[in-house]
Amino acid sequence: MAPMALSNIRVLDFTQTIAGPYCTKLLADYGADVIKVERPGTGDGARSLGPFPKDEPHPEKSGTFLHLNTNKRSITLDLKTAQGQQLARELASQVDAVVESFRPGTMDQFGLGYDALSEVNPALTYTSLSNFGQTGPYRDWRGSEVIFYGMGGELFSTGVAEKEPVKLGGTVGLYQAGVMAAFATLGAVLGSKADGSGQHIDISLMEVQTGSIDRRMSMLMAYQYNGEITERVPMGEASGAGGYPAGVYPCEDGFFQITGGGKYFERVRNMMGNPEELSGEEWLSPAAQADEDMQGLFEAYFYPWLLDRSKHEAWSQAQASRVLCGPLNTMADYLNDETFRGRGAFEEVDHPVAGSFTYPGRPFMMDASPWSIRRPAPLLGQHTEEVLTELGMSNSEVESLRSEGAI
Amino acid sequence: MSLPLEGVRVMDMTVVWAGPYCTTLLADLGAEVIRVESIQVFGPSTRGSIARPSKEMVASLPPFIGGMPDRDPADRPWNRHPLFNAHARNKRSMTVDLLRPEGKEIFNRLVAISDVLIENNPTETMTKLGISYDELREINPGFIMLRMPAYGNNGPYQNHRSLGIHIEGVIGHSLLRGYPDLEPTANTQVYMADAAAGVGGAFAVLCALNHRRQTGEGQLVELSQAENAAPYLGQAFMDYTMNGRSQSTSGNRHPTALQGVYPCLGEDEWVAITIFDDRDWELFCEAAGNPEWAQREELATHESRREHHDLLDSLIGEWTRGRDKREVMSLLQSHGVAAGAVMNQRDAFEDPHLLARAMFEQATQEDVGTHLYPRAPFKMSRSDVRIRRGPVTLGQDNEYVYKTLLELSDEEYDELVSAGHIGTEYAEHVE
Repeated sequence: MAPMALSNIRVLDFTQTIAGPYCTKLLADYGADVIKVERPGTGDGARSLGPFPKDEPHPEKSGTFLHLNTNKRSITLDLKTAQGQQLARELASQVDAVVESFRPGTMDQFGLGYDALSEVNPALTYTSLSNFGQTGPYRDWRGSEVIFYGMGGELFSTGVAEKEPVKLGGTVGLYQAGVMAAFATLGAVLGSKADGSGQHIDISLMEVQTGSIDRRMSMLMAYQYNGEITERVPMGEASGAGGYPAGVYPCEDGFFQITGGGKYFERVRNMMGNPEELSGEEWLSPAAQADEDMQGLFEAYFYPWLLDRSKHEAWSQAQASRVLCGPLNTMADYLNDETFRGRGAFEEVDHPVAGSFTYPGRPFMMDASPWSIRRPAPLLGQHTEEVLTELGMSNSEVESLRSEGAI
Repeated sequence: MSLPLEGVRVMDMTVVWAGPYCTTLLADLGAEVIRVESIQVFGPSTRGSIARPSKEMVASLPPFIGGMPDRDPADRPWNRHPLFNAHARNKRSMTVDLLRPEGKEIFNRLVAISDVLIENNPTETMTKLGISYDELREINPGFIMLRMPAYGNNGPYQNHRSLGIHIEGVIGHSLLRGYPDLEPTANTQVYMADAAAGVGGAFAVLCALNHRRQTGEGQLVELSQAENAAPYLGQAFMDYTMNGRSQSTSGNRHPTALQGVYPCLGEDEWVAITIFDDRDWELFCEAAGNPEWAQREELATHESRREHHDLLDSLIGEWTRGRDKREVMSLLQSHGVAAGAVMNQRDAFEDPHLLARAMFEQATQEDVGTHLYPRAPFKMSRSDVRIRRGPVTLGQDNEYVYKTLLELSDEEYDELVSAGHIGTEYAEHVE
């Protein structure tokens, strides 16, 4: 088997639900040994989140949990007991990184805060993910994905002017925070492996939005430079190219998106087979792109052209003319796409309780140290004995911890 | 304290947003990122949409692509774009024309003393420039190359032109967002795939650096921007593979909570509220002063409230409508209910929490002056992560790269200036 990129890294994972687990999944999927600490009995809250096969809830069948916890080992520890805390400290002394996503202050109450753990392990990288960060007036506030996007990101400018702003799909913002945490954690681990000193990383889910390249930073700078507020503007007008066509348009079997105005107009004309009426030089002038009558004439060709074609046909024909564009796919369209299937973008994973399903595959391909699924998401507490035995405990010690409810 | 990536040199051939965001994050952690630019070619949507836009054009564009200071392109518009300057902190810039042999020679000499090359162009661009990983590795055996194509460097989509918005359409995100009662045309373009590729690529480079430290081996890394962003839609993805369902948008709603974005006092002012369970509802009612409308029979249980979500939204909206968004946020949060004011760009710069955490730092650059810029989106207790240099201007570090790093003589340098490789302004013919 090819070596894995992070095979020299061990992580103790106290995260729950989505953002934190996606962070540690990335580390685990590229080879880190991630020990996931779960609450005895119920485990990670994501175990109760859907989707479930046939919509029947089951703690070992949550699609959210199964996706986010591949390649990890699960142990149960009751962090409210002294013994549970002691075991966590012993584990923390043997890892490169701790990642946690409790409310700020909670790990301190368990005696597992950065100060306590860095004492037993000075080289430790300790990453905290939280709603608003470990300091500041909102530190203890509650949040949700739409709240982080609204307070930190570009919710304000997303949607149409006549209606309320509308968020991104699913829980995209939580995943963004997870990857940012994985990046910062691995960066700090590289630093600590070089000089032996650890540190505390503070990830605020709100700030990940404020520092995001998805429009927020550029729109913040536009305000800084000129005091201009960016409001909710229609599709085409924010495309960057200006003019037409720009935005989402109907096609034979759904919708098609295209950025073809301004300097790209010639490509669009070419895509439609250079209709005679659109062939004059005047069509390439900036004035043409601002002329409503000319736009009307253009659309008289453009709409029927698209409505005659499926989104996939339109995509391949438009790309032959190098037009910036793409179909609005459903999940079915994406998952059945021969190109992505052929590239190995999806992964079949077999799980002892949930069964075999197709999962999202590797986010990137490494020639020399490839991503791989070595094990499916763990059953709750599946590796408790294995991990404690590695710590040097005997079977009887493990048994007595179990009977005391610490594990 | 030194930064963890000090001593790592990155050659940056990235364009638009996805690639540049990747190198921004690496630069935040201390890598020496050198943008390899050309004064003979204007990169797509990177330092603006065209090299020398007229004042009228700049005036007509939306703020993030036209909002240079005073809406004035001035002498060097490419150094003034919010599109670019937002992410150009902590980087260096050199110029060289890679289409000519002496330019390629300079490039190869830089490869020999660098660690990583990052690019996010259509696949054929590198081919046209004669750059392949195999050759780079011959020059520098431990070299790492990260390529970030839209869909992949093989197969029929390899040269497909796209921006982040098109990638999101392809992986199914566009149909998962927007208003349930309107067509997908009624929405704004977003660039979530760029953000995902940027940080994903930065993480990928760290993985490759760690592998190299372990083994001495460099490698080629390919990040398909589509494949990298698709796992962010994990729940919808798994719902399809488990149940054959292609989800559609649920607007601002939550799969299990009560959630919405509600109007507040003033024009275009909003607050987002999430009520996760029965306990939250009690707290919400308490904060709102236990109003009569909250006692309606339809709203008796969490389940019935979810069933009557439209009714609930209009009742909550009536309650928030006459109130200031920040007051609603503080009131609900003080009762333990998740709520957040929807902050426009001005609100962000005035937000007491972001101010307390120093989310914005001052930086200076000769063509725009001194302004506040967002810092790295994480804080580290030991590494001094901050804005060390303002947004890099075109060719700002030519002297450093050519004379200090590559040890060219003044004479050789001047020759490359006259030959149109080295400069700080795009050549006259460049559009």
